[in-house]
Amino acid sequence: MNALRDLLRILVFPGMIFLVVMGMAGQYVDRKLYARLQNRVGPPWYQPVADLFKLLGKESVIPEEADRGMFRIAPVFALAAVITAFLYIPLWNTAPVLSFQGDLVVVLYLLLIPTLTFFLGGWYSRSIFSTLGAVRSITQLFAYEIPLLIALLSPALLANTWSIAGMAQYYGEHPYRWLFNLVGFGVALVTLLGKLERVPFDAPEAETEIVAGSFTEYSGRHLAFFRLAIDSEAIASSSLLAAVFLPFGLWLPWWLGVPIYLAKVAGILAVLALLRTVFARLRMDQMINFCWRYVAPIAFLQVIIDLVIKEFF
Amino acid sequence: MEGKRARPGEMILSVLGSLFKKPATMRYPFEKFRMPDHFRGQPKFKSELCTGCRLCIRDCPSQAITITKIGEKKFEASIDLGKCVYCAQCAETCPRKVIDITTEFELTQLVRGQLKVVFHADTSKACPEESAGA
Amino acid sequence: MSDSDRVVTVPIGPQHPALKEPESFMVDLRGEKIDAVRMRFGYNHRGIEKGCEQRSYTQDLYLVERVCGICSYSHSTAFVQAVEEIAGLELPRRAKYIRTIIAELERVHSHLLWLGVAGHEIGFDTLLMYTWRDREQVMILLARLTGNRVNYGMNTVGGVRRDIAPEMIPEILKVVDSLEERTKYYINLAQSEQTVIQRLSGVGKLTKEDALLLGTVGPTARASGVDRDTRRDDPYAAYPEVSFKVITDTHCDVYGRTVVRLGELLESFSIVRQLIKNIPDGPIAIKAPRRIPEGEAVSRYEAPRGEDVHYVRGNGSEKPERVKVRAPTLANTQSVSKMLEDGYLADLPIVIAAIDPCFSCTDRMVSLRDDEAKEGRAMSWEEVSRYGVEWHKARGIDFSRVRIPGGAGE
Repeated sequence: MNALRDLLRILVFPGMIFLVVMGMAGQYVDRKLYARLQNRVGPPWYQPVADLFKLLGKESVIPEEADRGMFRIAPVFALAAVITAFLYIPLWNTAPVLSFQGDLVVVLYLLLIPTLTFFLGGWYSRSIFSTLGAVRSITQLFAYEIPLLIALLSPALLANTWSIAGMAQYYGEHPYRWLFNLVGFGVALVTLLGKLERVPFDAPEAETEIVAGSFTEYSGRHLAFFRLAIDSEAIASSSLLAAVFLPFGLWLPWWLGVPIYLAKVAGILAVLALLRTVFARLRMDQMINFCWRYVAPIAFLQVIIDLVIKEFF
Repeated sequence: MEGKRARPGEMILSVLGSLFKKPATMRYPFEKFRMPDHFRGQPKFKSELCTGCRLCIRDCPSQAITITKIGEKKFEASIDLGKCVYCAQCAETCPRKVIDITTEFELTQLVRGQLKVVFHADTSKACPEESAGA
Repeated sequence: MSDSDRVVTVPIGPQHPALKEPESFMVDLRGEKIDAVRMRFGYNHRGIEKGCEQRSYTQDLYLVERVCGICSYSHSTAFVQAVEEIAGLELPRRAKYIRTIIAELERVHSHLLWLGVAGHEIGFDTLLMYTWRDREQVMILLARLTGNRVNYGMNTVGGVRRDIAPEMIPEILKVVDSLEERTKYYINLAQSEQTVIQRLSGVGKLTKEDALLLGTVGPTARASGVDRDTRRDDPYAAYPEVSFKVITDTHCDVYGRTVVRLGELLESFSIVRQLIKNIPDGPIAIKAPRRIPEGEAVSRYEAPRGEDVHYVRGNGSEKPERVKVRAPTLANTQSVSKMLEDGYLADLPIVIAAIDPCFSCTDRMVSLRDDEAKEGRAMSWEEVSRYGVEWHKARGIDFSRVRIPGGAGE
């Protein structure tokens, strides 16, 4: 019976189905907020669901020169990696579905995989625009990933543990210590825009320059899975940020904890949508310049803050 | 034009303000949009006034209008809404003011033949002509 | 795979999300840097000039209007001015004033549209949504004044077709006031939004000598410091009676073009206000003959994109003998490959958008006739280019420095 319960937790709640549903709700929140900020009406709540079903029903055209195997497995890999990562993140209590010492690093690695699949999918589509988009994806990775990793690892330094559940535990026992990590929170929000390939860092998917980047040749159900993976990645990363930087309210009963968790994720998505609205797209070289010149030093600053706090308090 | 400090996120205040304003877009076609008066929409033909001079045909840029004589001093007109460019030159040229311009602009059809509107002589009511293709 | 060796050709167009109309730009890329751009036009050719020869002047008014959607009034007015010159018609003053008001309102709508498109090309969709929302005010105003949102159909040979009722005047002034405030907001945005400045500055550089050599017109030329504006240099309609500044800028890049267009918006508002204040009473049209006498005329007009040239030749009948249209975009596209030298691929959409391309205007046909040859002769692109350089050298202008990809020169 334990096995059945675990299976349900992994596949349904708070695992795969929950993540996918949350992903679509997150996409709705993002698009509606983006529209309202631009003084437009915006899509209805069922738009992401409708898009998903429409894409699943369309014919999936694979270019003749593309590598069929890679082309088809890339979206599945992305979705699988994101779902697996989500299982290790504590949501509204300190006990995620799975947990072990070092799972923070594993989750970060799993959340890196979607970007790699964008690269592989684009590269093996063998079309000019896909190749350009794939190369841009990987190039951008070198810019934002380091500050993101540093920012995410510094609260772990303070908590003296490499497991996210352990961090949640530590910050529960020392309330208000998470306030020292807010600098890192800012860095993580900015670099999260790069990971999710959103304006101002959406050069890999620049519609006016390279059509759709890695996804140019994708259609039908493969595109549906890629989009599901992207939406779920947004939720998983937001949940990770909420768990690492905003670890409060985790000891409350579930009927208080769940709304608090949803509010945290919605707040992070709202900030991302706001940032998406007010900036133009940065060129590749400008983006790398910006990340290494301004964002990385601030991330290092966060490490220093945490080391100092750890040493003296 | 120089002398201003550039900082990112300049638009943020007005963007946040838009959250509280009524959206500028409307849920068309559930909410209808009315064109202003004197908008050049579909032309209407009053058959009882027509004398068959055919000056309208001469001035139409796209040969959208055809006049057929169906009896003594009785004329019928057929306007192809697909060819019409809604310039209202026919209304201006006509010496008897037979053609009126309405503000009707939702004129799409699924079958091309239904775009031809015939104005009959007796009733002067418009009806689409059921012709196969065209 | 070393980036510096491999040259990849990316087809931007004919179908591409960056382009609003189809044209083909074959871009040779090394990594992210552009090596060369080869352009091919002709995807939008509809045979309008030939169509004009087969229709009467009244019908031609509406055909010429549809050369372009955004600058439709420019083409209509330029055409009808040429016809009126051949026929020797003197327009009533009120008609000239009304033409100028509509022309300036069209300039407002076109520049606001351009601002939105520029925002979209650099990924700043919010700017697109805001400017197009503001543009709706002027579109609705034009629909009330003229009867349609684009393709106004206001001109007739000898004047205009509709009058501006006195009740409309306060509305026009209200729209002008509201849009002036919004334009000032966009000027502030262009000066202080960091990401916008980063994307627009230093991009698409065109020095003043190159601008003159390549024959650029309109805001593209004025942003490189070329002080030319047909409204001042060769005034038509009611422009002799209004005072306005010609906006030039020395940035020589896309940012300069933005600044010029925003400045022109403010000047347009001032012009409309002056016209409304001084508009004379009187008839709005004079009776024009159906048959235009023999003669030819060239009419120039400052469209939102630059200088629009129309040539009309009448032969005494109801239909023109020849109509030739030289749209401003045709003059500006030569400079695109120069602007993109040493640029990034990411800059290509905004550089193309910065000349405000209207490829529908651009595609015309030129036939070269060799009266002495008995049969037709085909000339290759290099031969035509070399022939042009020699022809102009004999008349004292040296174009041999102009480098056209695939052509002679340099």
